[in-house]
Amino acid sequence: MNLVFGIALTHVRARARQTLVAVAGVATGVGFSIMMAALLQGSQQDFIRRLVNAMPHVTVSDERRKPTPQPGEAFYDSAEIHGLTPKARRRGIKNPLATMASLEGWVPGAVAPSVKVQAILRYASRDVGASVIGIEPRREPKVSDLPKQMRQGTLPALYRSTNAMILGDGLAAKIGARVGSNITVQTSEGVRINAQVVGLFHSGVRSVDDGTVYTLAKTAQILAQQIGLVNELRLRLGEAMAAPQAAARIERETGYKSVAWQEASEDLLNAFVIRNAIMYTVVGAILLVASFGTYNIISTITHEKARDIAIMKSLGFTERRVRAIFVVEAGLIGLIGALIGFALGYGLCAALGTITFKNPFTDVTRLPITYSPIHYAMAAAVAIVSSLAAGYLPARKAARVHPVDIIRGAA
Amino acid sequence: MSENDATPLIEARKVTRILSGIVPTTLVHDIDLVVPAHEFLAITGPSGSGKSSLLYLLGLLDLPTSGEVLIRGRSTAHMSEEERARTRLETLGFVFQFHFLLPEFSVQENVMLPMRALGNLSIDAMRERANGLLGALGLGDHISKHPDQLSGGQRQRVAVARALANDPPLILADEPTGSLDSKASEQVFVILRELVDVYEKTVIAVTHDLPLATRMDRRVELMDGTIITDQWTSAPAEAG
Repeated sequence: MNLVFGIALTHVRARARQTLVAVAGVATGVGFSIMMAALLQGSQQDFIRRLVNAMPHVTVSDERRKPTPQPGEAFYDSAEIHGLTPKARRRGIKNPLATMASLEGWVPGAVAPSVKVQAILRYASRDVGASVIGIEPRREPKVSDLPKQMRQGTLPALYRSTNAMILGDGLAAKIGARVGSNITVQTSEGVRINAQVVGLFHSGVRSVDDGTVYTLAKTAQILAQQIGLVNELRLRLGEAMAAPQAAARIERETGYKSVAWQEASEDLLNAFVIRNAIMYTVVGAILLVASFGTYNIISTITHEKARDIAIMKSLGFTERRVRAIFVVEAGLIGLIGALIGFALGYGLCAALGTITFKNPFTDVTRLPITYSPIHYAMAAAVAIVSSLAAGYLPARKAARVHPVDIIRGAA
Repeated sequence: MSENDATPLIEARKVTRILSGIVPTTLVHDIDLVVPAHEFLAITGPSGSGKSSLLYLLGLLDLPTSGEVLIRGRSTAHMSEEERARTRLETLGFVFQFHFLLPEFSVQENVMLPMRALGNLSIDAMRERANGLLGALGLGDHISKHPDQLSGGQRQRVAVARALANDPPLILADEPTGSLDSKASEQVFVILRELVDVYEKTVIAVTHDLPLATRMDRRVELMDGTIITDQWTSAPAEAG
């Protein structure tokens, strides 16, 4: 066995109780860090999965990101235009069937048309604004999880009665409507229809559940007063993370504003960045506190071993070698602590994973836990590095001991 | 011996050591000392006369404020910390008043420590040499014991074995019998004597014990950090 390692191991073994306390500190830090990382990443992934399932991966609307350039702007390098009123443009995506056919040719996924209209729902003297989305029930399952999100009724029920509607459960609760209720839907243009609630859905995203109504496309077209209108194409891709690239290409090819789910939820995803920064700071702080235990034990050992250090130096040990002994001791504490911490972290994750939650709208759910080797590697790396740093300071001091001072003191 | 006997094994030239502080303290002043090979030298003097300080300077454990220490004619003044450590491992063996053995290690492991630090031998060869030294010093039955299982005299003999581990030509002993009873003191003295006479080592020993000092080849007496007497107590083997 290597001399430095052998001496380090002997020191650590000779102080079993103190070593155990330091190791326990590191192990606790590593274990709880792993648990926190697994829980936070698990909840984040679960939230994103719900988000992705609740909305289309790419939404192509009949808007454009930039207004159409005026002829003067195209002709001159610099032009300033005053008092111009944009020409009223006919709403909707031009030739939606051809556009859909073109997209279906290359998009790795499915496309469905929809008609989106803002309206007010009126029931039992209560008025609530909502987005009415006209869909084709046969195509819809290819682009959304709406059929799975149905809590009452089914998607094909939209065909069963005139002006049938499926409400978000939050919205239904707001106005007090149930399946079978007849509600009034009115647009800002003054179009008013009577509709029947044929189903309720729950997506898990509050803004959707509290403000969305699904109906047949032709019903939405009546509300929009434009037969044949399609003002949104919704896409579900095979790979949700590829949505920004697909959206960019669609926008390039069609000229219509195409929004990937990441862009639509940019503020939420930014919040996750901040959340992750907080998570890593907290995890780092836990491990830093654990490293104080290592600092304490190495300081104690170097203090107790001052005479032995002097003897080793008088025998011919260099400062570097003496320093290495105590740094290795700190590394051993960090390594053993990390290994025990792995088991503790895994056990905590497994225990948390068994906790169940029940609510009236969903099946039994468990705490979302992500098992990732990266969490283990990161916790171990921080624990070992902080242990080495904690050991280095007293080790450096110990290595600088002047042997004569100690030998004289002992004599 | 292939060594050139004309070159002293160790030499101090105008060595002065002053401890800095509010009131600077002079430990040794202007010491000139030449120690040829195979000599048994006693450094004596009253407490505070600078005996141990001189020994530490000769052993490269301390650095002179001025002057220089030469080992085999080579100045150590500009050696790096690593070079001094290497020189201590190869050339010097220390025996202190207290055994200063590492308590967690066995007797054998303590003796092997300088060998392992030098790293010139295989582990088996180190073990064999340690056992040989311990056997020669009458400790063959104690190699697996730990220092706290030995008597004071036995511990000091282990310390001597450790000093001899790398077969250094020079042994520096600081009050080697200072903490021992008369019987154990005699045993240690006999061993040191044998090191010079049989194994051709050079031994420089600091001692308070004047009768013991007079049994060594040469006695250097210090007073207030300077040499006041340097005399042969017996005719040196080759000096005269």
